[in-house]
Amino acid sequence: MFDQKVIGMLLEGIRDTLYMTLASTLLGYAIGLPLGIVLNVTKAGGLAPNKIIYRVLDIFCNIIRSIPFLILLILLIPFTRALVGQSYGSTATIVPLVVCAAPYIARMVESALNEVDAGVIEAARAMGASNMQIIFKVLLVEAKTSLVTGATITTGVLLGYSAMSGTVGGGGLGDIAVRYGYYRWQTDIMIVTVILLIVIFQIIQNLGTKVAIGIDHRKK
Amino acid sequence: MSEIEIKNLTKKFEAGGHTVVALDDVNLNIEKGEIYGIIGMSGAGKSTLVRSINYLEVPNEGRVLIDGTDLSKLSDKELRIKRRDIGMIFQGFNLLEQKNVIDNVCFPLEISGMKKKKAREKARELLETVNLSEKEKSYPSQLSGGQKQRVAIARALATNPSILLCDEATSALDPQTTASILSLLKEINEKLNITIVVITHQMSVITDICTRVAIIENGKLVEEGTVEEVFDSPKTDIARELISNKKESYSPIESLKAEKVIRIVFSENSAFEPVISNVILKFNAPVNILGADTRDVGGKAKGEMLLGLPDDEQLQHDIIRYLKERKLTVTEVRDNV
Repeated sequence: MFDQKVIGMLLEGIRDTLYMTLASTLLGYAIGLPLGIVLNVTKAGGLAPNKIIYRVLDIFCNIIRSIPFLILLILLIPFTRALVGQSYGSTATIVPLVVCAAPYIARMVESALNEVDAGVIEAARAMGASNMQIIFKVLLVEAKTSLVTGATITTGVLLGYSAMSGTVGGGGLGDIAVRYGYYRWQTDIMIVTVILLIVIFQIIQNLGTKVAIGIDHRKK
Repeated sequence: MSEIEIKNLTKKFEAGGHTVVALDDVNLNIEKGEIYGIIGMSGAGKSTLVRSINYLEVPNEGRVLIDGTDLSKLSDKELRIKRRDIGMIFQGFNLLEQKNVIDNVCFPLEISGMKKKKAREKARELLETVNLSEKEKSYPSQLSGGQKQRVAIARALATNPSILLCDEATSALDPQTTASILSLLKEINEKLNITIVVITHQMSVITDICTRVAIIENGKLVEEGTVEEVFDSPKTDIARELISNKKESYSPIESLKAEKVIRIVFSENSAFEPVISNVILKFNAPVNILGADTRDVGGKAKGEMLLGLPDDEQLQHDIIRYLKERKLTVTEVRDNV
């Protein structure tokens, strides 16, 4: 049953899953982190309040986050095809994953930055810090523990979504589970892929928690 | 020219559809090198006032001049540079929790663009000044309140400011720690000739270290003068209230209401004569001591006493004259009801 071919396929599945999860997390942060910072800065009472910018981004994030991932995956097929040339496979799946993740990450970042003590920000202003300095040297530094916790949660969610994309030919472990477990009734292979997903999830979560605790200097 | 000039300062806040006037036409001059106290009950507007001095709070009307420079005329960038000349410490310390002590002190220098090595040297010097050299590598969460405020003071001094603003800096500390922080502030004031503005609701903070004091009530500056003047003969109810450290004005218990109550203040040189005993012997009249206290006002020992006088008006008049002749400061607290 578990011959060379199946093992090779599972290894490939692990590789593709990690590729999709990590790449979409990274690209998601490339968009979501600045978006979250802008949300925090422009909110009422933020460093540079701006009602219009905040409202537009706020609504934009809510709209995308309210679309179920599977629907987003299908809706974005033309866009994905235009961007990477095809609408199936691991690389193509990264597109909807990033679109889905970016507003989610933005909210995570926004709320992490909201937790930074207003007094510390005021102290920095009193020292003559510019808004940019406050963002990069105060907000992001003081919020680093919540940011890492948020990143861990995001990676976990994207791991799950990447598996979900298997239903439309996304590649990775989810794809294997759907093809073998659902279409061919090979329950054993499906169970193995599920176990592999559980193990990967645990590793990500534990690693994230360890890092978050390790860099936190607030309670020691 | 005073170092800090506050002219016709008015600040309003919009809250829930109606306007709250936090500062109402405040005028104030603070001279170079003095420790100036601003006292008031909570909500009086004193925090808004001190935060106007470095323009964290931009006033609606009026001007703030630092060394003759009108802050409203500065660009954002110029204002940020000016703020390096005005250090500030807070009730909640406001240290960066994720940075250790030395990095906290280096922070304002880092912002001003100083090289890391040079900043560290300067920070170590300052930690020595505030007596915290051995805590260099600790994080704020590992420090006590007093130690945190010392770090905050070192941080506020990093850019060699000529003014230090203290916003309720000792309100979160116990009396002993408060005393040590206040003596540190006094030491810094003498050593560096830095002008210190102290915001507080505790009269003891004012009498301990300040040279002059302003009293704020409902956004208005109601009384101003040297600490000795205000302590010896407070002119307003609020000043008396703050000095007596009670929530209400002098209002002796019901049964004593018919009496005339006066407050006398002894200075060091007048404390030798047993005045009260002499009054009783001389006038052959009972004097009721309602309260007494001693305090250190700007380094001078001061005693204060609340006396209930007999009903006879002529007698009251004579006693007050007698006390005044003995060089005591006498203020009438309450007339016959």
